[in-house]
Amino acid sequence: MAEFTLKLRRYDPESGEAAYWEHHTVDLEPHLSVLEGILQARARFDGSIGIRCSCRAAICGSCGVRINGQPALACHTHLDQAMKGSRDGTIEVEPMGNMPVLKDLIVDMDAVHWSKIRRVTPWLINKQPVPEREYIVPHEAMVDVTQSMACIQCGACVSDCLSMEVDPLFIGPAALAKAYRFVGDPRDAEHSERLNDLAQDPHGIYDCTHCFKCIEACPKGVAPMSQIMRLRRISSRDHGIVDRNNGERHEIAFTNLVRDHGLLWEAELLPRSYGGDSWLAKFGPAAGRELLSSLPVIGKALLRGKVTPMGALKAHKLPDEDLQQVKRIYETVEGRDEAERYELNLYISGYDEDMEGAEGPAPDAATAGAQGGDGGMAGAESGQPGQSPERSPSR
Amino acid sequence: MPSHDVLIIGAGLAGQRAALAAADAGASVAILSKVHPVRSHSVAAAGGINAALKPEDTWESHAYDTVKGSDFLGDQDAIEIMCREAPDELLHLEHIGVTFHRNDAGELGTRAFGGASAARTYYVADITGQAILHVLYEQITKYHETVNSYEEWFTTSLIQDDEGTCVGCIARDIRTGEMELFNAKAVILASGGNGQTFKPTTNALICTGDGIAQAYAIGAPLMDMEMVQYHPTTLAENGFLITEGARGEGAHLLNSDGERFMEKYAPNKMELASRDVVSRAEQTEINEGRGVGADGQGILLDITVVPRKRTLEALREIVNIGKDFAGTDITREPIVIRPGQHYIMGGVKTDVHGQVPAVHGLYAAGEVACVSVHGGNRLGANSLLDTLIFGRRAGQHAAQRAKSMPMPTTPTSRLRQDLEHIDAIIARERTGRRISEIKDELGTMMNRNVAVYRDADGLATAHETVRRLKEEATTAYIDDRGTVFNQDVLGAIELGYMLDTAEATVMAAIERKESRGAQFRTDFPERNDDEWLKHIDISRNGDEEPHVTHSPVTMTHWELEERKY
Repeated sequence: MAEFTLKLRRYDPESGEAAYWEHHTVDLEPHLSVLEGILQARARFDGSIGIRCSCRAAICGSCGVRINGQPALACHTHLDQAMKGSRDGTIEVEPMGNMPVLKDLIVDMDAVHWSKIRRVTPWLINKQPVPEREYIVPHEAMVDVTQSMACIQCGACVSDCLSMEVDPLFIGPAALAKAYRFVGDPRDAEHSERLNDLAQDPHGIYDCTHCFKCIEACPKGVAPMSQIMRLRRISSRDHGIVDRNNGERHEIAFTNLVRDHGLLWEAELLPRSYGGDSWLAKFGPAAGRELLSSLPVIGKALLRGKVTPMGALKAHKLPDEDLQQVKRIYETVEGRDEAERYELNLYISGYDEDMEGAEGPAPDAATAGAQGGDGGMAGAESGQPGQSPERSPSR
Repeated sequence: MPSHDVLIIGAGLAGQRAALAAADAGASVAILSKVHPVRSHSVAAAGGINAALKPEDTWESHAYDTVKGSDFLGDQDAIEIMCREAPDELLHLEHIGVTFHRNDAGELGTRAFGGASAARTYYVADITGQAILHVLYEQITKYHETVNSYEEWFTTSLIQDDEGTCVGCIARDIRTGEMELFNAKAVILASGGNGQTFKPTTNALICTGDGIAQAYAIGAPLMDMEMVQYHPTTLAENGFLITEGARGEGAHLLNSDGERFMEKYAPNKMELASRDVVSRAEQTEINEGRGVGADGQGILLDITVVPRKRTLEALREIVNIGKDFAGTDITREPIVIRPGQHYIMGGVKTDVHGQVPAVHGLYAAGEVACVSVHGGNRLGANSLLDTLIFGRRAGQHAAQRAKSMPMPTTPTSRLRQDLEHIDAIIARERTGRRISEIKDELGTMMNRNVAVYRDADGLATAHETVRRLKEEATTAYIDDRGTVFNQDVLGAIELGYMLDTAEATVMAAIERKESRGAQFRTDFPERNDDEWLKHIDISRNGDEEPHVTHSPVTMTHWELEERKY
């Protein structure tokens, strides 16, 4: 047994008072969860502490909170691990962000999270005819969408989404991961309609800034941002959707600039995103308008030295050898057959029996690489305060 | 005052399936739950759902396995319905979007499960319950025009008209504290079991037997309440569930000598004998000193014999649970488990349409109900099936019944009684015990005396204790005086529900003087078909003191036999 001090954010909407911090010291085994700590405080000292919780095993998704500032499930964070991330010797627990607080640690998920889920037409629209028996679909396709099905709707990703902080109307990581569950499902009849809807919406798939916060936050390895990137790729590559938000053109300009110059040529990005993929783009009317309206931003960027007048004229110079390496990466990726686009995910570990005993990377690490920093629990752990991303020691 | 043709209380698999079926049959539907529907405990069902769908499999084989699994206490007419209708229900789930595992040909694939003579368990990795629950909720969202979802509403009581017909419920909006009276032509209880009366349990904190106690309170008998399932593989550390899918995939059980001891108890089915048999075998090994762990109270589950790639794909959730909650990499070393409370076979007695014969207008489906398809012991992967089949049947039947009825109305003055009860709890002086203390004592005591092995002395102690705790609960106090999310006062009401259902369990276990299924009496170690091939019904009929009666088991095609695995 060990003593832990919980610093809980309390808020009573009926009191007329502002939120405040309250300390409770609990006595528990260090490997037990922060939720067990809160439940002990509630059982022993104050039954009025408000928190949603049910399964205690990271399945029901009720107990999303912020622990030492990081989104997490209270039942999925050990007390000793939480202590490692402590800022002042206490375990700080507060409600999730981006959602209104109703009482103590309870937020209004319906107003934000669930209304966004409802936004993405969250049910299967059957491909016709519906077969008498089951739809015959590839094993891999079902495993693939099962990663999105693994989402427990806890709201941790919504809590930490930087885009949503800036644009509260952003459909957001959880709902877009849900959308992928239908776009990736071969039994759904309206892939194209769904993608068009999500691409044309100014708060849709191109509103994500690629910050990885949701991947770190997710306790189940759903990797919402990866699902958003897949939606973008399927939308542009497979369905040829050119959106009115200029998201698709922006991506093409971005990747081509990096391919040609090894590094991003910032000054060229905006004109090429709007005017087309060429140096002459800046003289096109769409690019001109956009350049004009962006003048204040450009001015600020110049003042702060983010771009220089020279940089606008000349791209960054990379040693030839490095540039060749970048080009080789492009050749390898683009040379791959689309049909063989093999994606690692939570359930497809990329682990092969042949690797047993070989000094290859651990399967979780392999997955993590493919997912951009996440592979199931390894990523979940890194999303939790004070937890080291390496594998837990075995007993 | 909301009025609906069909009112469903509880939004797990049984409740949501009932809601969709009733809406399809043309009814206006309300589904009301004390938690958001996807938080329901169905989410925790891991391993899969049984159906004899493969051409070479038959419903008769599935039914026979279920009858045998129930130790012949299951009603065979109900079992036949469940097993016959299983394949269509499974295909329905597939059609609405459940991402079931496929074989290499792209068809639905299966895994093996306990007590089954064929591999007929369909699954989504080891999140089958979650996948089905979330897909049903997708459908509830789609049906938003005909199904009103009341999320985070706590039911305080069922209401009856002058003839005793159930005509709705009273519930509290947890978010505002407001009380509301719901009128309905039919009420379907789908609010789950009472696992929280045991500690530890694999069940979620919300499983407090609410619906069982509410039906019991208005005169519905409870059946098979003595049959409490202990799951063979719960994490020794904290009681979390390790899916039977692990053994389905080939994992072994080992004692402290490293011996696969199931050879002694079930030489044919080994680790895949039915759950009561495996749990008893484990407990015997532990009692005879061959347990593992610091306290010798554990058994080893060895999943390392399953190919690692397969474990990572098909048992992902327990890889995580092992790593996060026990510090064990299950793909590399065995994990310490023990039998733990998991499920109750008993519940509100219903017919095959989900109707409660004793109370007109009332239905029950899922763990809250006892049809009885599980009898003395439920087979793994039959519970999801039970919730869906009987949830759908109850929804359809209730919708039909509603068609020929006027909407009942109950004067809102009926609200006052429940409101006063809540106010009285809030106003209690801090002189009694804390709610949490009583709940703890109840759970620990039940797990000691009403577990895998039972005897007259332990059960008598249990009975005495429950009665004392019931008394103490009437003065137990709470801290929260507010109305918004006052979870404290709901906890006090739940404690009352738990104590009522625990008392029924203890009384039924005392009554059954034989060993059958999950009930093993060390003082009556044999099954005694001559005297005890019958259900035990516990009812209150308005009295404080419960009544114990018996009812016959329905036998159709399957004859009694000795049960061996």
